Amino acid sequence: MPVNLIRIDDLTFCYNGLEILSNISFTVNQGDYLGIVGPNGSGKSTLIKNMLGILKPQKGSINLFGQPLNMFRKWKKIGYLPQRLIALNTQFPGTVEEIVQMGISKSQSQKIKNALELMGIGHLATRLIGELSYGEQQRAMLARALVGQPDLLIFDEPTTALDPETRDIFYTQIEKLNCHKGTTIILVTHDTGLIGKYARHLLYIDKKIIFSGTFKDFCASAEMTGFFGAISQHIICHQHDPLLRKQ
Amino acid sequence: MGIGEILHYDFVQRAILAGILIGAICALLGVFLVLRRFSLIGDGLAHVTFGSVAVVLLLGISPFYVTLAALPIVIISSLVILKLTSTKRIQGDAAIGIVSSIGIAAGIILASLSGGYNLDLFSYLFGNILTVNQTELLLAFIVFIVVAATIIFFYDDLFALTFDEELAKTMGIKTVKINIILFILTAVAAVLAMRIAGIMLVSAMLILPPLTALQLSISFRMTIIASLIFSVLSVISGIIISFLLNLPAGGTIVIMNVAFLLLVFGVKKISVLQR
Repeated sequence: MPVNLIRIDDLTFCYNGLEILSNISFTVNQGDYLGIVGPNGSGKSTLIKNMLGILKPQKGSINLFGQPLNMFRKWKKIGYLPQRLIALNTQFPGTVEEIVQMGISKSQSQKIKNALELMGIGHLATRLIGELSYGEQQRAMLARALVGQPDLLIFDEPTTALDPETRDIFYTQIEKLNCHKGTTIILVTHDTGLIGKYARHLLYIDKKIIFSGTFKDFCASAEMTGFFGAISQHIICHQHDPLLRKQ
Repeated sequence: MGIGEILHYDFVQRAILAGILIGAICALLGVFLVLRRFSLIGDGLAHVTFGSVAVVLLLGISPFYVTLAALPIVIISSLVILKLTSTKRIQGDAAIGIVSSIGIAAGIILASLSGGYNLDLFSYLFGNILTVNQTELLLAFIVFIVVAATIIFFYDDLFALTFDEELAKTMGIKTVKINIILFILTAVAAVLAMRIAGIMLVSAMLILPPLTALQLSISFRMTIIASLIFSVLSVISGIIISFLLNLPAGGTIVIMNVAFLLLVFGVKKISVLQR
């Protein structure tokens, strides 16, 4: 029987009286690779923030690793990459090494080195994070999320600032972690076509769940064609026709 | 009068010791406050301190215990600022502004009720480290130990919280608890700094040393240490210069802080140009 790492029931979140998320329910099992997609302002990041306890929903329940969110303490099991860093100012004096080290013991220097090398920023270890380009900062944050080898990785728009080469390395590494180590992945993006290539399950949300299923089902769904229009639906799915044929 | 002679006086020794301790407290806390864009909290809490001192003087509490007596109101005010900002509907600077205005308004009204601005209240406005008493010195020592221990014990949590509060929450860090500790300690630091620099210049003690250290572009840990060193150097040189030139100690200490900032800024600029 699959183990639920995340169980969300009937979640509703409002901000300033405006409903941002409405009656969201879904589960994520151990070893899943879930892509959460939707247009800008659809509530994807808000959903993740509710899931992680950063925001509090008005209604519904969230369980992490079988425990209600307010009882959950094993945060080291989760690696999270936020969409953008709120507090990061160019004057922040933390080195890349110090940032990546956050949340793990200082004796694990080899792990830090490996994570930095994996993201191709080993040479930037002693540089201040505020002195780096946005893409380099994003790589450092990815290394931080990966370094503790958590059971569940949550990425919110992880590849926006990455060049195509680093983006491919990132997706390949995430796929490896998912396939070989059984790490559960939740990846938020607005690029349905791209994530469809990697995720085994897609959740399309626009304040509520519009679609839940595989990418193949997504492309074949008459409801989604109605939602996007035939041309847009074709463009999203066409990018990965070879993949679809393989399926 | 030479430096050796100056250092012979009990009250000068006490002033330097208290100055070093209070300067160190402000410098340590200031790094976190400046980086979290709470730079002006010192200014806001200093205004509240003005109101609190007015209450204390109105009640006729001995000037010996004014610092201790003013603490509860300032601590509560710092927690009000924290609460207001955590709702996210009020920005940090606006929250500081609200609390600060209430503090200064209350101070003016209470000072007027007690028969106008008396000499005691003015001594708190501009500070005079040379009048620091044994109680305040002991309080400064205790607070320094508490601040240093808090930073050592919660270093990783404070680092994460300063870097990104939301990210820190997802790492299981009890951000509310750490924020409360940080704000309470800041309130105590603001009250103590009032004795050195006066209400008008408290924020300088919290902002300038960290800002100078940040110009060095060094690691987080080294920034904290550098901030502490700049603050202590400013206090010692400020007190000695003020004594030699018969200047107010508080203002001289702040000017020394500014001098170190300009010096580091200048050296940094030159080294960039030479590259």
